[in-house]
Amino acid sequence: MNEYPLNPDLFSDKVKMEPIRAGFGRGLKAAGEADDKVVALCADLTESTQVELFRQTFPDRFVETGISEQNLVTVASGLAMAGKVAFASGYAAFSPGRNWEQIKTTIALNDQPVKIIGSHAGISVGPDGATHQMLEDIALMRVMPNMIVIVPGDSIEAEKATLAIAKNNKPSYLRMCREKTPIFSTEESPFEIGVAYILREGHDVSLIGTGTMTYQLLSAARILAGQGINAEVVHVPTIKPLDREIILASAHKTGRVVTAEEAQIAGGLGGAVAELLGEKLPTPILRLGMQDRYGESGTPAELFDFFGLTGEYIADKVADFVRDTPQYHRD
Amino acid sequence: MNKRLTIDQLQSKANDIRQDIIRMLGAAGSGHTAGSLDLADILAALYFDIMKIDPSNPDWSDRDIFLLSNGHTVPVQYAAMAEAGFFDKEELMTLRKLGSRLQGHPERARLPGLENTSGPLGSGLSQAAGYAYSLQYMDNSKHRFVYAILGDGELDEGNVWEAAMFAGKYKLSQLIAFIDRNNIQIDGNTEDVMPIGDLAAKWRSFGWHVFEIDGHNIQSIINTVNMAKAITNRPCMIISYTIPGKGVNFMEYDYKWHGVAPNAEQTETALRELKASSDSEDTK
Repeated sequence: MNEYPLNPDLFSDKVKMEPIRAGFGRGLKAAGEADDKVVALCADLTESTQVELFRQTFPDRFVETGISEQNLVTVASGLAMAGKVAFASGYAAFSPGRNWEQIKTTIALNDQPVKIIGSHAGISVGPDGATHQMLEDIALMRVMPNMIVIVPGDSIEAEKATLAIAKNNKPSYLRMCREKTPIFSTEESPFEIGVAYILREGHDVSLIGTGTMTYQLLSAARILAGQGINAEVVHVPTIKPLDREIILASAHKTGRVVTAEEAQIAGGLGGAVAELLGEKLPTPILRLGMQDRYGESGTPAELFDFFGLTGEYIADKVADFVRDTPQYHRD
Repeated sequence: MNKRLTIDQLQSKANDIRQDIIRMLGAAGSGHTAGSLDLADILAALYFDIMKIDPSNPDWSDRDIFLLSNGHTVPVQYAAMAEAGFFDKEELMTLRKLGSRLQGHPERARLPGLENTSGPLGSGLSQAAGYAYSLQYMDNSKHRFVYAILGDGELDEGNVWEAAMFAGKYKLSQLIAFIDRNNIQIDGNTEDVMPIGDLAAKWRSFGWHVFEIDGHNIQSIINTVNMAKAITNRPCMIISYTIPGKGVNFMEYDYKWHGVAPNAEQTETALRELKASSDSEDTK
């Protein structure tokens, strides 16, 4: 098992909360300091997508495109042609929500190092409602050849992921959320593109999560432990390429798999894991996330409750799943 | 750069390019004929006079950049590139065939010298603007230019006007674009399908310097680009009036030739006509 140090304050009142996008902002500035080919673009959302720090530090390497997401990514493609590593940031609902074809044709098909930064993804954008709650982006980007898809679990990981995609020379999608969320990793925790991490070992069920849901799975595992269910928690920050080895090994060990994401389960992490298990290791699976419906207005906490995506709700569902599903044993 | 070609020689190149287009499309059995033919004069002027390029070193760091936004007319670009020596002319006959570097719509990663991937319309001007922005504001590279060609039907796409606003705001003076104003698109004449009205006024209002030229007059194309290069505070749009299917009598002005390739007999007829006009040019 790979060593993954967890935040020692994880389940105390002292746990630090920070929006994932804040880590991106710091990572982008650091990437700019490390490589003068790194440039950033934004479609009228510089402050809220946290590109402001980069803009202030490198005003000559920042491009404002106005409210034009198709232009945002195609200008980024042009900058990449001219040798730049271009970070194009916006709200995920609009980029890649509105400009998917441009990303495919002018970036992914060319295998150009343009980084699509989709902020304010998931239901946790809250009161803005369904139009702004991007839930389909993981599926949309995962299906695109050449595209790397990363969904960091907290702000510290987002910073590391930003630095990593600045150097990977590939089209990449980074998904971020608006709300403050608990930091479960530490500066010392590893992050590598394409690698999943076991955060907690167990043998009754594998809880596989991405983004903000990994914290909820850790909470669920803690509750389940009190009920005598020993859950393994697997954090999957890279949806594509998927770490098949870690996921298959965990599924093999526990014989039951639960996935969780703040996105549509169809085509998302749940889809990716189900495809993998279906082909390589058929295993009973429960997919948690958005079940083929749109979100709606509410506070993030209310919405997590409403859609049953808090640690408590997840623990209940997992307990039922474990009770009702014979552990799939193999020779 | 070799010795400059005369206007007569450039016209002869344009005729060669048209013959290549007919042969390629005839062999491919599908493709877009009208727009490819009508752009031959502009491409001849760009590839054989205007652009600073080196066919033996397609990635030359000092080169000018050419982006074809209406990627369906790529046969004209393949033909110009082959004539310029980027690759052997025989390869033109692989157009649209399995394994070919000459895809039905251009793909940057397949063929050295192709700067962009296009086909889905409306994105090329933004890409050109991104490149021009880099040259002007990030690279301090004042002597390189970015050329783009857009179709007139393509102007229906919203992405084009996002690019128009962007290039206007940043006064991208190293960006020189052409509109192939041939008045046709798939469903008919542009003004019937979706009227685009006073094009010159539209682009001026977005902060562009606008020229209107005969897109078949090579001298005029060269002179206009020279003037565009001297305009240092705005991007330039050259609205080029062209005849769809130019050079082949039975194809000219007919929108039905937008997306159709000639059959064997039509290929023969078209080539005969192009060769005849080439011979009469030679004996002038």
